[in-house]
Amino acid sequence: MSGSSSVAAMKKVVQQLRLEARLNRIKVSQAAADLKQFCLQNAQHDPLPTGVSSSTNPFRPQKVCSFL
Amino acid sequence: MCDQTFLVNVFGSCDKCFKQRALRPVFKKSQQLSYCSTCAEIMATEGLHENETLASLKSEAESLKGKLEEERAKLHDVELHQVAERVEALGQFVMKTRRTLKGHGNKVLCMDWCKDKRRIVSSSQEHAVTMPCTWVMACAYAPSGCAIACGGLDNKCSVYPLTFDKNENMAAKKKSVAMHTNYLSACSFTNSDMQILTASGDGTCALWDVESGQLLQSFHGHGADVLCLDLAPSETGNTFVSGGCDKKAMVWDMRSGQCVQAFETHESDINSVRYYPSGDAFASGSDDATCRLYDLRADREVAIYSKESIIFGASSVDFSLSGRLLFAGYNDYTINVWDVLKGSRVSILFGHENRVSTLRVSPDGTAFCSGSWDHTLRVRDAFLFSCV
Repeated sequence: MSGSSSVAAMKKVVQQLRLEARLNRIKVSQAAADLKQFCLQNAQHDPLPTGVSSSTNPFRPQKVCSFL
Repeated sequence: MCDQTFLVNVFGSCDKCFKQRALRPVFKKSQQLSYCSTCAEIMATEGLHENETLASLKSEAESLKGKLEEERAKLHDVELHQVAERVEALGQFVMKTRRTLKGHGNKVLCMDWCKDKRRIVSSSQEHAVTMPCTWVMACAYAPSGCAIACGGLDNKCSVYPLTFDKNENMAAKKKSVAMHTNYLSACSFTNSDMQILTASGDGTCALWDVESGQLLQSFHGHGADVLCLDLAPSETGNTFVSGGCDKKAMVWDMRSGQCVQAFETHESDINSVRYYPSGDAFASGSDDATCRLYDLRADREVAIYSKESIIFGASSVDFSLSGRLLFAGYNDYTINVWDVLKGSRVSILFGHENRVSTLRVSPDGTAFCSGSWDHTLRVRDAFLFSCV
């Protein structure tokens, strides 16, 4: 019967919301500070934002060759 | 390495039943207690009697939602980009396509890197000899690199042991592991080759044992197709996040099958979810043309990556190793690279001639690969660009 199944479904929703309401949350300022710290701590090991050093950079200006 | 600060593996005596179990913190009348997951669930059902009417349940649901929003708002004391104001801006760098892989005869739908960083598995919309159906929508490498899992419109996830012997017929060794009642949208091995997590158009996710094909746990809660999933990066990891057509991103406890957190701020289908490398947050890409960052400990969205000029959906997202960069592939054929902390776009990458459908950073973080409906995969890395 649709009546009892929607009550059952609603019970699950309420149950889930009760669980979520009781969550222990921290402030965004603290969470953001931790995210920032993780980034900075691992920055030197992250090749993509730091790129490849200029000595191996194929785009660096080429030395001019001259005939001897 | 990373601590799941919500689901901490604290073992001890439950404050209610006194049994030795894995405990979680709960609040009862503003006092913090430690309950095992069974008692926590019982507590949540207290007061839900048989004769509860639909109306009273609905009003309780509304008041709980209001309370949740209130609690989350109270802790919203600052924006992520404000905290990151003093962080040094990223230097200018150039992303160069190192390889363009043109083996597919049709749209590339998904790809995954092997842990040895040298191999990539990709799947596409084509009826190749080894694949059982025309649309293979999900694929994943086993951690050992010895097998791949894939599936799609056949509603199944099958595991293929890999062989480099050209005479061996891969299809013959195929093992059907997962069975859903609608298409398979995503799959991932857990920490070993022995278990697979799947997401489906039937609105559920499921955990399967590869050897026996047995269903170990199912995850119900999405109100529509589940389109993506990602496992938490911890070694002892037992949570994962999923995103769906119901605009919700949900975080699940793999052992209990329970949804532990849900986020509903996107305005359209969530196509891709990916954990931040520390495991404390995750990013999502959606058809609403935005990518968002959700922090699990603050239990809320903490950043939106969007621009008025970006109007096409984001299909796939991934972080660089430190989590500083967020790569996102879009349906307008481009890839936008976002500074996760500052919220700004640092680069826009062109090159694909059709939708970018999938994007993954390599396990060592030196390159990333994007797959597209233009039948190609492109592997790119970054060079420092200095004006001389």
